[in-house]
Amino acid sequence: MDALTLATKPKSSDIAIDNVVLRYGKGDNAVLALDGISFHVVPNEFCVIVGPSGCGKSSLLYLIAGLEERTGGMISVGGKPVTEPGPDRGMVFQAYTLFPWLTVAQNVEYGPKRKGMSAAERRAIVEHFLHEVGLAKFANHYPSQLSGGMKQRVAIARALANDPQVLLMDEPFGALDSQTRHSMQKLLLRIWDHSKKTVLFVTHDIDEAILLADRVLVMSGRPGQIKKEIRVGLRRPRSMDLVMEPSFIAMKREILELLKNDEDEEH
Amino acid sequence: MTLAPNATSPISHIVTTSVEKNQPGRSAWKAITTPFQAVSRPLSITLSVLVWGAVIGGWFALTYSGAVKEMFLPRPESVLFTTISMALDGSLWEHVLASVQVVLIGFVISSVVAVPLGLTMGTYRIVQAALDPLVNFIRYLPVTSFVPLFILWIGIGIEQRVAVIIFGIFFQQLVMIADSARGVQRDLVNAAYTLGTKRGDTVFHIVFPATLPNVLDVLRVTMGWAWTYLVVAELVAARSGLGYISLKAMRGFQVDVIFMAIAMIGILGLCTDQLFRGIRRLVAPWAN
Repeated sequence: MDALTLATKPKSSDIAIDNVVLRYGKGDNAVLALDGISFHVVPNEFCVIVGPSGCGKSSLLYLIAGLEERTGGMISVGGKPVTEPGPDRGMVFQAYTLFPWLTVAQNVEYGPKRKGMSAAERRAIVEHFLHEVGLAKFANHYPSQLSGGMKQRVAIARALANDPQVLLMDEPFGALDSQTRHSMQKLLLRIWDHSKKTVLFVTHDIDEAILLADRVLVMSGRPGQIKKEIRVGLRRPRSMDLVMEPSFIAMKREILELLKNDEDEEH
Repeated sequence: MTLAPNATSPISHIVTTSVEKNQPGRSAWKAITTPFQAVSRPLSITLSVLVWGAVIGGWFALTYSGAVKEMFLPRPESVLFTTISMALDGSLWEHVLASVQVVLIGFVISSVVAVPLGLTMGTYRIVQAALDPLVNFIRYLPVTSFVPLFILWIGIGIEQRVAVIIFGIFFQQLVMIADSARGVQRDLVNAAYTLGTKRGDTVFHIVFPATLPNVLDVLRVTMGWAWTYLVVAELVAARSGLGYISLKAMRGFQVDVIFMAIAMIGILGLCTDQLFRGIRRLVAPWAN
């Protein structure tokens, strides 16, 4: 089997989060950011965490990626406990994190290169994923020559080119305007449909959460806890028109209520 | 409601703006007085020539009017003639070469150590904790005060001048390079980790390329300082070099030679500055 079929063949794992605690600081100044989070994402699932800013949803993603250290509990991806960052967990960040000194193509092949793949294998992978995100013509551009939406498309291509078992997405469209945002959501759903990676996506945008997810986890803040789990169950492929459907609106209202209660409790 | 032709409709607004653009006098004034507004290449060349012309014209005026005695300020053309005659008999190149050699050796030795050490210092807090207090102490010591010590330790050979240059720029390079390494966006490093970069490779794979444009700027700036310290070293103890001939010329009241030496240093500085800008464009094309 050549590298391209290996890279595009559905390969995804589950994510198991068990009683995870994250505490910053010590003694009286300690802040409990995450308080006993538990959930399970099954292989190929598109799971979205929605919550107010500062509820610890991004921190949770950083813990799964191994970029931060948890205070307690267990995280495992594909049955393997998370102890440090690794290429099995791809991540797309809210900030633009393309390497500015590399061209678009070089950014995409960064991961495969670290794995020691040959130039021919890498070229096939780059071609495939740039085509997938519609940026084949921009292969030799530098990131500084791209718009925000294009940068995030390359970031998605770069994460997928590395063939991770799960894809972690930390408000990747948060900095984009609403038009670009919608087209990015459509693009992401199409790519996910092709790759069938397990996706854990974090956002504070309720529409985005329902539109993308198989399952939405509603998170409350300070300390961060999973408040409720909602199975979306809307037919796929999904279009933006769904936002007008009664079932969509009902779910949106429910999530809004949950987040509103959270606010009330705070005051 | 009737619309008068000059009513404030969106269309009339557009028309007014385009009319304004057609009045070159007004819009040109507005353009050059707008902060951060780009200036066309012909205009910027004209301006720099004008300023140079004014300086040299002022020089002519001062010397020809007799306002300043020629013993203190030579006439421009006598500096030029001195330069030409020293260039022709080869003595100019001998001294230029001697100076360039010292600057280059000192600069290269300093940079070769300062770049990797500075990047490591900026990346690893433990290295910073160890070196920062010492480096920041030495950084503020005036280099000139070490010249007698260096003469005592290493004599008055080329090693002494090289040592002055290294001492003058190394610690500054170290601090500035460490600062730019510290400024590397954390999520850039995080992204690299999630793509399979090993911790030990972070400096080479991420920090170094990310800071490359800054590092080249630091090298460009410190190269200028190297020239300053070179003259200091040559004024005190040297048998050749542009600083040395200045000192010799002062003893013989050859002000034109002093002027020539200063001009040569300026020209060499300008050349190295342009060279570094060229290198930056070449190796870091993404940062332009």
